[in-house]
Amino acid sequence: MRAAAIGKTFTMAETHSLQDLQQPAVSSKVFVQRDYSSGTISKFQTKFPSELESRLDKQQFEETIQTLNNLYAEAEKLGAESYLEGCLACLTAYTIFLCMETHYEKVLKKIARYIKDQNEKIYAPRGLLLTDPIERGLRVVEITIFEDRSIGSGR
Amino acid sequence: MMKNCEYQQIDPRALSVSPSSAQNHTEKKVQRSRRKWEVFPGKNRFFCDGRIILARQSGVLPLTLGLIVVTCGLFFAFDCPFLVEHLTVFIPVIGGVLCVFVLISLLRTSFTDPGILPRATPDEAADIEKQIDTSGSSTYRPPPRTKEILINQQVVKLKYCFTCKMFRPPRTSHCSLCDNCVERFDHHCPWVGNCVGKRNYRFFYSFIISLSFLTSFIFGCVITHITLRSQEGKNLVQAIQESPASVVELVICFFSIWSIMGLSGFHTYLVASNLTTNEDIKGSWSSKRCAEDSGNPYSYNSIITNCCATLCGPMPPSLIDRRGFLSFDEAIPAASEMELPRFAAKNDAHMCTQSTKDVLERVVHSFDFHGLCPPGTPKTTPLGLEVSSMAAPSTEHSPSAGCSGQHALQPVAAPCPPFSRSSKRRDSLHSINPAFRLASPSPPLSRTTWILDDATNMGFISLP
Repeated sequence: MRAAAIGKTFTMAETHSLQDLQQPAVSSKVFVQRDYSSGTISKFQTKFPSELESRLDKQQFEETIQTLNNLYAEAEKLGAESYLEGCLACLTAYTIFLCMETHYEKVLKKIARYIKDQNEKIYAPRGLLLTDPIERGLRVVEITIFEDRSIGSGR
Repeated sequence: MMKNCEYQQIDPRALSVSPSSAQNHTEKKVQRSRRKWEVFPGKNRFFCDGRIILARQSGVLPLTLGLIVVTCGLFFAFDCPFLVEHLTVFIPVIGGVLCVFVLISLLRTSFTDPGILPRATPDEAADIEKQIDTSGSSTYRPPPRTKEILINQQVVKLKYCFTCKMFRPPRTSHCSLCDNCVERFDHHCPWVGNCVGKRNYRFFYSFIISLSFLTSFIFGCVITHITLRSQEGKNLVQAIQESPASVVELVICFFSIWSIMGLSGFHTYLVASNLTTNEDIKGSWSSKRCAEDSGNPYSYNSIITNCCATLCGPMPPSLIDRRGFLSFDEAIPAASEMELPRFAAKNDAHMCTQSTKDVLERVVHSFDFHGLCPPGTPKTTPLGLEVSSMAAPSTEHSPSAGCSGQHALQPVAAPCPPFSRSSKRRDSLHSINPAFRLASPSPPLSRTTWILDDATNMGFISLP
């Protein structure tokens, strides 16, 4: 019961601090646009937005975006695997897509895991949040900047 | 102190979804949980709860289907028996295979999302506007905005779409019939009742190719049939009188062959040069360079590669999440749409909530927070969220602070799109864009009542 009380205490404390975040916590959003220099493939600009200068290293940001670009390139790669998948699909009158997950979908899951991982390790501790581009129609990488609510000397 | 907060607080570490309770709550709130296709802004029609998408005007799709089915039906009924007897049994087999292939390709073309681009969220639109307005005058909005970019060392103009509020990616065009921006827009085909774009071009191509084969095959068989009949000691007129259906088929096939074969040939040329009908008609690339074959920056300069890329390339996913559930915010007309991948329905329900809460914690821990909250301190929240079943009216807002605090961190639901689809029932109540909610707390939020329930994953249940 004491453990439960402590557990509850902890979450109470957490929620009380969370409550401070209820005040408009989203200070702004930065949108990293698509880079079309290589054509219509999914690729995002690696230019470091000025709004993030105070929060994040340029190198880390570039690394995140570059990895994302590489992952999307892998998804859209034209190679033996994709051709085989395409031909097989054609032969089965495209009914195979009803049961099988496409290569692209598999990579999208990988991307989602990567973004979650990046958020946990790098972005959330700095009060930032990456939104998966697929949620924005692969148009932008949305980075939400939360207000820094460092409250006094607590903790 | 704990006694004051007798609500069942969720331990963020110990989340588990109990599907039965989730389902019960969902059923109760079914009038609130709407799917995204129900509020889709384009002119499309949806069937099977969002699984099938069609243009609003289905055009002559029923006619196309009818013609194909009737012609094949007549063929199998009247011509095949004779031909099987006189020639070979493979004739109906081949005919059957072709017919099935044609129909499947047609239905795939009609019912697949052609590559619709979801409209820009208000935040994005505002960001773009800001970037444009800095260069222009503030009083008068300039005419269609364009942005020039370099693609493979060639200048390409991107146009701003006023309906979708974004700069259209290259090769994207806005279809006025469907009121959507479609990627790699080819044309809007009335025969198929849908736009032809990036995602369904290969289906469209296989439809017209297989239809060419089918019509040629039926035409040939019917000619053979009538010829064989008239050779059996009868003249042509008698042969036709014996098999009138063949004439019907002949007429249909004769007219179809010219148009379908012509179309197939044209599209084969387009595929080989990696062009769209739209670009070809506008002459986007042909006028620029006379010396070279094509000034097309998207071409791989090899016919085989172009064909493979267009027809056998990777299948891109649908960017509009038709079957995802709306968050409470999105049910409000002014709010934006959130797109989640369609395929994520296959994932577990557990993963999103756990991952969301994990990220939530990290965001929390990134800021300093007090140790224990002093008991009985009513930390007020201006959000006006009411929490029912609160045992402590004195600390009226601190429990609500708790839950609305968790609620305020909904933005972190965003980074796990494949999983958040699975918690779509909960997502219908979550704020995807908390900025909107927090900015205007009173009207939308006062309608929201939360109770905490440790049996459910997020513990947020909206009460009427």
